[in-house]
Amino acid sequence: MAALHFFANPARFRRFSQRVLPALWVVTALALTIGLYWGLVIAPPDYQQGDTVRIMFLHVPTASLSMAGYLLLAALGASLLVWRHPLAGLMARAAAPVGATYAAVCLITGSLWGRPMWGTYWVWDARLTSFLLLFFLYLGHIALSRAYDDSERGDRAAAILAVVGAINVPIIKFSVDWWNTLHQPESIMRLGGPAIDPSLLWPLLWMMGAMALLFVALVLLRTETEIDRRRLEIAENQD
Amino acid sequence: MAIVALFLRDLRLVWRRPGDVAVVLAFFVIATVLFPLGIGPEANLLARIAAGVLWAAALFASMLSLDRLFAADYEDGALDLLLLAPWPLELAALAKCAAHWVVTGLPLAVLAPLIGLAFGLDDRSLAVLALTLLVGTPALSLIGGLAAALTLGARRSGALLALLALPLCVPTLIFGASAIEATATGESFVVHVAILGALALVALATLPWAIAAALRQAGE
Repeated sequence: MAALHFFANPARFRRFSQRVLPALWVVTALALTIGLYWGLVIAPPDYQQGDTVRIMFLHVPTASLSMAGYLLLAALGASLLVWRHPLAGLMARAAAPVGATYAAVCLITGSLWGRPMWGTYWVWDARLTSFLLLFFLYLGHIALSRAYDDSERGDRAAAILAVVGAINVPIIKFSVDWWNTLHQPESIMRLGGPAIDPSLLWPLLWMMGAMALLFVALVLLRTETEIDRRRLEIAENQD
Repeated sequence: MAIVALFLRDLRLVWRRPGDVAVVLAFFVIATVLFPLGIGPEANLLARIAAGVLWAAALFASMLSLDRLFAADYEDGALDLLLLAPWPLELAALAKCAAHWVVTGLPLAVLAPLIGLAFGLDDRSLAVLALTLLVGTPALSLIGGLAAALTLGARRSGALLALLALPLCVPTLIFGASAIEATATGESFVVHVAILGALALVALATLPWAIAAALRQAGE
């Protein structure tokens, strides 16, 4: 809560993020390099899926993070609507394309994985279809926030959409449990511990952390850009 | 009472320009007719795809009529009066969505069984089709109402409206079509219709607030 109010001043946020970002980029690059080497070279091939299991190291983190990203949009939307937090709209505008890209990478890696595993690039299964919808929700958010000449108007409209659209996230999360279809059930976050071998689980968790760092770094960078862009817009309107 | 007056006003406005509704219904008919023309007149196949085709076409038809839902009031200043009115804006949003449902959802539910007949659906499926549309279209009107309120004054608002509303309408489409599918295979349709009703009730309980919030920020 204190942090929320501390960053209510975009200039203060910008100073903070400019100080943090360089270090964050170094950590992110290091974490990604280690994670990719661990996942793609060191980790053993799966006894069943062989080397194709390595797609998981990109697929699973992008899946969780694009869902988490939409929840972030909803939270930012709520804080824009409730507290009129000046940074929330800028950050949502910065985060939506990152989340959409993660969702797209998840869909693409998923279909590349599906081809050798299931024999098809795409099936109309509950998880895949609801994830496609998540991607469309992101696109709707991006399009709506940029559809107005007045950026703040777009931010508020997109905030309402993000809050309403958040209903879809639990549906995606639990679709695998509710509908018994082709997609395998949840194997990491489940009761009774993960059902996945430690030699694959640890690099996977590492990659989740690395991709999360990348997400945060991209959002901070894009928020800085958004603050600058908004300043330009205001300056232009003053003429 | 003011809400009833608003509801009746919207109906009267439509009544004076019946062409607006006729165009939407004509679009529905033409969109559905394209499928037999495109796929071929094979009766079994048509009966199998009828549920999905009719539901998807109903979805598109209701999108088509939505972009004017708040736009006319926004342009002529009536929306500002609604914002200043002493009764809750949520009720006004509900009244306008209800009026939209009466002039599109209801006629679609009446018209769809006629088209379903041409697709070779049996009597039971036709009745379930009408029932699912009656139960499901209120949710479409409310979701579309939110998209219409969010896109007030936006660039390319018509296409944007569809991009916002259609993903949110997918659960309604799935359970609407699956109820008819279940009937065709001899299963009970009750569960599907119950979920459809639940979706409509959730929309009814939440979306008027979201629509009112969208209208408020449009009025600022």
